[in-house]
Amino acid sequence: MTLRSRVITLVAILLVAVLGAGGYVWQTRASQARTVAEAAPVATAGDLAGLRNQPHVVFRSTALGAEYGRVAVVPLSAPDGPRAFTPASCDRVYATAADAICLAANRGLVTTYQALLLDDSWNKTNELPLTGLPSRTRLSRDGTLVATTTFVFGDSYANPGQFSTRTVVSRTTGEVIGDIEKFTLTVEGKVITASDKNMWGVTFVDDDGFYATAASGGKTWLVHGSLSARTVTALRGDVECPSLSPDGTRVAFKKHGDLPSGKWRLAVYDLKTGAETLLAETNSVDDQVEWLDDDTIVYGLPRETAGSASSDVWQVPADGTGQPRILIRDAWSPAVVS
Amino acid sequence: MYVSLRDRPGAGSAPGRGRATRISSTVVLLGIVSMLTDISSESVSSILPLYLTAVVGLSPVAYGFMDGLYQGVSAFVRIAGGYAGDRGGHPKWVAVAGYGASALSRLAMLPAAGFAAITAVVTADRLGKGLRTAPRDALIAEASDPKELGRAYGVHRTLDTIGAAIGPLVAFALLAAVPGSYDSIFVVSFAFAIVGVAVLVLFVPNLKSSAGKARIGLRRMFREISGRRLRKPLVAASVLGLLTVGDGFVYLALQERDDFAATYFPLLYVGTNVAYLLLAVPLGRLADRIGRARVLVAGHGALLTCYLLAALPAGGLGLTLGTLLLLGVFYAATDGVLPALISRLVPAEARGSGIAAAQTAVALTRFASSLMFGVLWTLQGPGMSLVVFAALLAAAIPVAGLLLRGIDRAEVAP
Repeated sequence: MTLRSRVITLVAILLVAVLGAGGYVWQTRASQARTVAEAAPVATAGDLAGLRNQPHVVFRSTALGAEYGRVAVVPLSAPDGPRAFTPASCDRVYATAADAICLAANRGLVTTYQALLLDDSWNKTNELPLTGLPSRTRLSRDGTLVATTTFVFGDSYANPGQFSTRTVVSRTTGEVIGDIEKFTLTVEGKVITASDKNMWGVTFVDDDGFYATAASGGKTWLVHGSLSARTVTALRGDVECPSLSPDGTRVAFKKHGDLPSGKWRLAVYDLKTGAETLLAETNSVDDQVEWLDDDTIVYGLPRETAGSASSDVWQVPADGTGQPRILIRDAWSPAVVS
Repeated sequence: MYVSLRDRPGAGSAPGRGRATRISSTVVLLGIVSMLTDISSESVSSILPLYLTAVVGLSPVAYGFMDGLYQGVSAFVRIAGGYAGDRGGHPKWVAVAGYGASALSRLAMLPAAGFAAITAVVTADRLGKGLRTAPRDALIAEASDPKELGRAYGVHRTLDTIGAAIGPLVAFALLAAVPGSYDSIFVVSFAFAIVGVAVLVLFVPNLKSSAGKARIGLRRMFREISGRRLRKPLVAASVLGLLTVGDGFVYLALQERDDFAATYFPLLYVGTNVAYLLLAVPLGRLADRIGRARVLVAGHGALLTCYLLAALPAGGLGLTLGTLLLLGVFYAATDGVLPALISRLVPAEARGSGIAAAQTAVALTRFASSLMFGVLWTLQGPGMSLVVFAALLAAAIPVAGLLLRGIDRAEVAP
């Protein structure tokens, strides 16, 4: 081959590569735009202020279209009916009657994240420090305490814990109470000092007590913590992302058991009797669930169809009976305000 | 038939008559091949954790297991690649096989689903990387003036690292343009890789080991790499490798004390890479001038300082940047300098094997080091562990210095 023919071959390969890859990306972009344009418009109705005065669900709307990612509200009386959109856009949202917490990403070359506190008419009142990828957030029942969990980052084999979370509890006034990973963790009477300790998924009991997940050395526990004493104590193994029932007697959680890694089964633990009940949902759920009432829990599940960016909020009875069914279509991160 | 053997020093023309010799076009071409391949591989690996955990649904723990798998596979194949290049006398085609396997693995990502399939694909990619490294470094040595080897590797590593810095940017730009379309990243990555392979196949000359037909057998190869000349450098590299913890740990230590580092965690790699690519050529030239062993050992001094800075209980932006700079200095003073040092210690027909042996020793001992460090970290936290490793390194550096004393003069006649 002469130099000339080699140059020509390279140019040809270059052209095929550029046109092929460019064409593929362009086509994907066009088809994404088409999907958004052709998406059936989501029904909207209701007045926001009025909805806030009756039992309702606040969630992140994942219906394709211009409103993708916006926080929406539906009345509990008609959860799969038309929704009312709020002005806020969040990746993860939680709300009480008094306020709401919104974890949002500022996407760019380096994506940064922020935690915004919103008042009952969705105006920003405060901003909390947030480092890393937002994962979980909860407010206390009276809306005065807020907990956020973020993934600072995952890493590789031989790196401790493989991922690192931060779980910060603050007052909604902006005062930071602390990173609960720095609290004293006791498991079976022994204080755990290992630095691969991670905590996530806080659920508040009252102004001092809370439940959360603690992990170290590949094990997870349900822990009960005290904000004033700055301690957390393990109650039970293999519990992740606890959520306390409205009557305060049970905790719903995701259980890893002997499932393949990255898979969980929903279960409910009775704090008084110690009984554990597996729920009827057999799909793997990676979410901190929410209670619809004392008998039913709700949670988000990604849509099964490949390439779908959408998800639905499902409900299932909390006593292991019945069947899961969809509560709200095209929704994620539900918070029940009743 | 190939571009020419004109740029091959010692092949007739009279190089180095006072003026600085030019970097061989072969080295630049190999640098471009590496740059394109690194854009390709880094664009995928920067989004791989996200893809595996968000789309495929693996937990971070399962992903960690895969990363360990890479390391093992890569180290084993590396030595095979070095030997194959020497034995067949066609290091270029071994390198082509390596680059080609990595390129094809991108396409295989498209239909791959589930843990097993992705493990296989990722392993193929690493296999390719292991296979190509030593024959490629042997080609660089073959095409360069022995006196300027440090600089030649510096040029190659600079281009290579530019690719590693661009790759993640390409990936995140694509994710911004076509949200959630990981397939687009795989396709674009494949396009970069295939152009890289094309440049390699079409333009890089197949420089044969200068000994020509002297094909070495397995036994000869083992004798060369376990021989007296290589023994001390291999021991020195292993001792230092045992105390070199993965940079991931350094970044993790930084993010624990510094909110800037936590927020911009993905950018820490970029910071180290920028320092590395700026310093690879100057430090390579320095190595040519004052001795490769000296620069190699001094590089570990930078690593020691880096540990100490990262171990400080509190730090700000300045300290974080200083730590990254020192890490970049360490890579610039070692990554290209090691093959430059080794390739002059073995006869040309065993060059690939010799380089591979040294790189394998470093890779394996660094992996062992990361395992040990991981245990130590879990027991007593990052600060203390870094101090322990810094102290051990302070003891090891003089030992390595002694082992490598006078080694720069002990060259095999080319």
